[in-house]
Amino acid sequence: MTDLTLTVLIPLLGAVVVIATPRGDRTSRPIGIVVALVSLVQSLLILRAFDKSIGAFQLETDRPWVPALGIHFHLGVDGISLWLVLLTTLMVFLTLLSPQAMGLHKTRSREFIVAMLVLETGMLGTFLAIDLFAFYVFWELMLIPMYFIIGIWGGERRLYAAIKFVIFTLVGSLLMLAAILYLYAQVHAVTGQWTFDYATWATITLPRGPELLCFLAFTLAFMIKVPLVPLHTWLPDAHVEAPTGGSVILAAVLLKFGAYGFLRFALPFFPLAAQQTAPIIAWLAVAGIIFGALMAWVQDDVKKLVAYSSVSHLGFVVLGILVLSDKGIQGGIFQMLAHGISTGGLFLAVGILYDRRHTRQLADFGGLWKKVPVLGACFLVLVLASAGLPGLCGFVGEFLVLSGTFTAGKDWRASGLSSPMFGHPALLAGLAATAAILAAVYLLTMYQRVMFGPLDKPENRDPQVRDLGLRERLVFGVLVLAALVMGVAPQPILERTAASVQALTASYRDRLAEAHANPDGPARRVIPGQRPARPTTAQAERARPSR
Amino acid sequence: MLSHLRTIPLLPLLGAAYLILVGRHHSRRAVHHIACMAVGAALVVSADAFFFGLPALVKEGGLTDVVGTWFASGDLRVDLALRMDALSGLMCLVVTLVGTLIHIYSTGYMAHDKDYARFFAYLNLFCGAMLLLVLGDNLPVMFIGWEGVGLCSYLLIGFWYGETANASAGKKAFITNRVGDLGFLIGMFLLFRAAGTLDIPALLDTARGGGAVLTATLWWGQPVAFWAALFLFFGAAGKSAQIPLYVWLPDAMAGPTPVSALIHAATMVTAGVYMVARLGAMYLLAPAALAIVAGVGALTALFAAVIALGQNDFKKILAYSTISQLGFMFVGVGTGNFAGGIFHLFTHAFFKAGLFLCAGSVMHALGGSGDITRMGGLAGKLPWTTWVFRVCWLAICGVPIFSGFFSKDAIVAGAFATEVFGPRLAWVSPTVGAGLLAAALGTAFYMSRLYYLVFTGECRADTRGHLHESPIEMVGPLVVFGLGAFLAGMAGLPPAVGGSRADLIGHWLAPAVGPPLEVSSGFEWRMMVASTVIALAGIGLARLFFGGGAREPARRFVAALPRLVAVVRSKFFVDEIYQWLVVRPLRGLSRGLFVVVDRILIDELLVGGWTFLVDTIGRFLRLVQVGDVQRYLAIFAMGLAALVYVMARPAAPSELKIRIEGRSAVVELGDREATSGKLDYGFDFDGDGREDRSGPSPNATWSYTRPGRYRLRIRVTDPQWSTARTIERTIDIR
Repeated sequence: MTDLTLTVLIPLLGAVVVIATPRGDRTSRPIGIVVALVSLVQSLLILRAFDKSIGAFQLETDRPWVPALGIHFHLGVDGISLWLVLLTTLMVFLTLLSPQAMGLHKTRSREFIVAMLVLETGMLGTFLAIDLFAFYVFWELMLIPMYFIIGIWGGERRLYAAIKFVIFTLVGSLLMLAAILYLYAQVHAVTGQWTFDYATWATITLPRGPELLCFLAFTLAFMIKVPLVPLHTWLPDAHVEAPTGGSVILAAVLLKFGAYGFLRFALPFFPLAAQQTAPIIAWLAVAGIIFGALMAWVQDDVKKLVAYSSVSHLGFVVLGILVLSDKGIQGGIFQMLAHGISTGGLFLAVGILYDRRHTRQLADFGGLWKKVPVLGACFLVLVLASAGLPGLCGFVGEFLVLSGTFTAGKDWRASGLSSPMFGHPALLAGLAATAAILAAVYLLTMYQRVMFGPLDKPENRDPQVRDLGLRERLVFGVLVLAALVMGVAPQPILERTAASVQALTASYRDRLAEAHANPDGPARRVIPGQRPARPTTAQAERARPSR
Repeated sequence: MLSHLRTIPLLPLLGAAYLILVGRHHSRRAVHHIACMAVGAALVVSADAFFFGLPALVKEGGLTDVVGTWFASGDLRVDLALRMDALSGLMCLVVTLVGTLIHIYSTGYMAHDKDYARFFAYLNLFCGAMLLLVLGDNLPVMFIGWEGVGLCSYLLIGFWYGETANASAGKKAFITNRVGDLGFLIGMFLLFRAAGTLDIPALLDTARGGGAVLTATLWWGQPVAFWAALFLFFGAAGKSAQIPLYVWLPDAMAGPTPVSALIHAATMVTAGVYMVARLGAMYLLAPAALAIVAGVGALTALFAAVIALGQNDFKKILAYSTISQLGFMFVGVGTGNFAGGIFHLFTHAFFKAGLFLCAGSVMHALGGSGDITRMGGLAGKLPWTTWVFRVCWLAICGVPIFSGFFSKDAIVAGAFATEVFGPRLAWVSPTVGAGLLAAALGTAFYMSRLYYLVFTGECRADTRGHLHESPIEMVGPLVVFGLGAFLAGMAGLPPAVGGSRADLIGHWLAPAVGPPLEVSSGFEWRMMVASTVIALAGIGLARLFFGGGAREPARRFVAALPRLVAVVRSKFFVDEIYQWLVVRPLRGLSRGLFVVVDRILIDELLVGGWTFLVDTIGRFLRLVQVGDVQRYLAIFAMGLAALVYVMARPAAPSELKIRIEGRSAVVELGDREATSGKLDYGFDFDGDGREDRSGPSPNATWSYTRPGRYRLRIRVTDPQWSTARTIERTIDIR
């Protein structure tokens, strides 16, 4: 039961079963929920089987897929992907469980569940694939169901948002595909075999120019996915138009692929290019942290506000990763998980408000705590978690990222590399930390305008504005509990990421040291594909001994 | 069980959790029994640890309890660790004692509120967070409590959330505290980067050992310790309502009065003072930072006292008074007189909580109004409240033998006597001392004004008919606080009065914060006389102005200086200044950025630009595809022509051989078409522009007359299509 192939395939098989059920959600929804639950339980079994002392991939399964091209269905889990897999299965389960997943749409619920389950397969496959071809297939596979989820079950401008989402994402991923194909050829040139195997790829050192280009191609795809300012404008639109379930999965899981890709591919494949561009990306991340927070502050639409808060929070993740130290990366990973819980929960809460009131404008709410105290309390916990209150999940990640950034200079000197990567790490950390103030400003303003104040609008007094039902209580109970447990006892999570992150940073530093030792380019692994330029005829003439 | 320190914060936290989850379904009785018992049990456990566990270990750093690792990554490791030493033990006792009393008081004060369970849940949560703050053995754990109490403050200020003003006041408190917390965070990072640890004992050991890592110069010639101390003090200024972050505390009076007494007078707001005292050894490494702490404290003490003179709301006056008294405490710790600062914190907890509870009792009796111009003559109607108020009033004014007299005196005398600033900053000491004396005069005056306007003269309230003393559960705690306000000073008698062992608090705290400041006996006596004179002068002046209600001198004063009075009444417009200087510009900037960057620059120009480009190309191409066969044919013909042109172009010679034979050059073009004889060739061997050989032959020879470098130009023409290509080479003839 701890076969990773199962992890990836259970939702897909479930989707096939759901297609066979009659229309509507009488049978399809229970089946969908059960499939998601099985998937969640199976990922918990993986968690139990996971050995935290190993930094490399575990529970690998490797099946030839297209042997002629060296493509394998090769899956493996390590400390970086382990918790993201759990987050995925948990959030998909909670989304299917919550009655508001489709927003105000009441039709085609069977198809919605199919889309969600296919999406789950895509997401799990992307996290688990350690064959670049399989990775790319899963990566693009995620796009299609999400496109339909936004485009079919979305709000008024759903087509605009869906197309914007697809085009933004596709631009990045096509460049990444080009880079993958180039690397495929380079790997063949060096090793003599056609392979997409991750471990092999991670040992190749490219010449500087191509390395930078490939890094940029990968990075662009990931930056769009994160999203990093200024490539973020697809996100508010996608979130606002997507149905609740789409928003939850988008925020909780899909946005994590950018940061995950950075960690998994961009850093190990292109160490030098990553180091050279790290200051730029780090400043972009800090700009995103502050910019996203300021944007969130001035939104009138609750959902857009939460969407912009994602831009701000994910800036922390990218910043932590680019600090390239254990603290930063572990903090970044933790922040991804915490953001998944808190922001996923916020979108769910906003979805419930929308379900009750059919509006998302802040000005239309007010004084709702009197009507929905249980929702109010859960909403408050998630707001506070999102604002990074210590004791809840948002704090630990931010604290580790900030302290990692603050001490980046010292950490790098300690590792023997006098790295010029951050001129002013303390300044970066200080600026990023202002987000703690801004987060309190926009989140508490939002909370106040929704929940506090007089209950003076007749629509808000309507009996239709009712508190959480049983299923909703279950969903929020899990999220609130997760936020609390992750805040009070984050160590079990950090412990299981530690070995993999240490392995990553150690090998990164080794490769970087090697690259710095050979400033003219790779020494040990010459790329035979690069032939010297052919001499011109005249040069050949001159070279010839004259008579 | 009792040996575990974790029980102390855990009891109220569990109480809070229980009340939040199921409190709504319980009766009021059950709710307040659970809440009071949770805090009361914490008091018992703390007292047990303080009186029976701690004394034996106080020299060795006190009791500790490590629950486990909170989080660890790389070289950073943070344990969920608690420590009760002399300082945190005392603080713990104050918090649980005041907390328990105010829980009991609240059962009366809040008896008719419909959100009874929620109120007590928050109160319990607050006590738990405050105890974590106090007992936390490292800065991050302290920070849990630090932000936790901020959260409870937010929740309790906005407890009556139906009024937008209350909710806004809560939000303002939280955000202002967050501004300070940024300083706390950065201070932590600085210490961690320098010392590699966030454990308070380890940091203090480093500091006491001289701490080269802390005295190393960081920015602008100042050492790490200075910057860490400064940033942490910024955090303290937020929590303890000092300039420039004091603005939230007056608004915080929107919360229920027991909350004001517990959180905004006795415990939470003193957290900043406590933190500075806790890290005292590190502050001592940076005299400049201490000078800033003391300077800000003195300035705040004076400034808030002046604002308090012009306020007419019972609780607002007490709020400004709290800000002012916290300023006193900061002068205490800022002059290295940590025991003095904590002593004033201790006495202030009693008399200020007492004053607030009296305010609550008065407002309870009057049906909620806090406007002191509409009170008066309450002395006879509320006997218990009046007596307690009198004691607390005399204590805060600093009348001898009342508690405030001794603690305030310890700070003022210490401010003059301290040598902690060193020779370069020696002027700070008398300056802050003088500031405090002025603030003390202001304190005596505004507190007496409050007393005379509320309790003496004619009753100006509308509800004078049914004025009643509060029930026993409110009066009981009141009396305890009154006794405390009277007697607490005995815990810290100066040596000049009670002998060398009389300063109980000073000696008790010595293992944690260093020995008490030495003040010569003669100076001590002179200071006490001066303090007494100032206190009595303030009271006398207030009696002259307000005895039995506002009198002629007060009216004349207002008439003589209307501008000044107006400015003081409007609190020097600080809120408005912040609004116009910080909040509005930032919000305007955000709105502008949203429209300009997100809407116009990115969405319209970048995203829209690309789509416009693709769209335009598409539109253009659409013109071609119109279904008109003739046009298609024409395009087809044009395409065919172009194709033929390209195909028929003479290809580049697949082989070009140039041989140099002596002074002759032999050119051979190995062309495919060369053999067919269809092409025409021209050869210019000397580069003069004229063709030296031409014709259908692809080969040619030329003899040069002189050695040198020549430009060789070969033309290939296809006469059928009249297209031509040229190839150029340079050759050297020796």
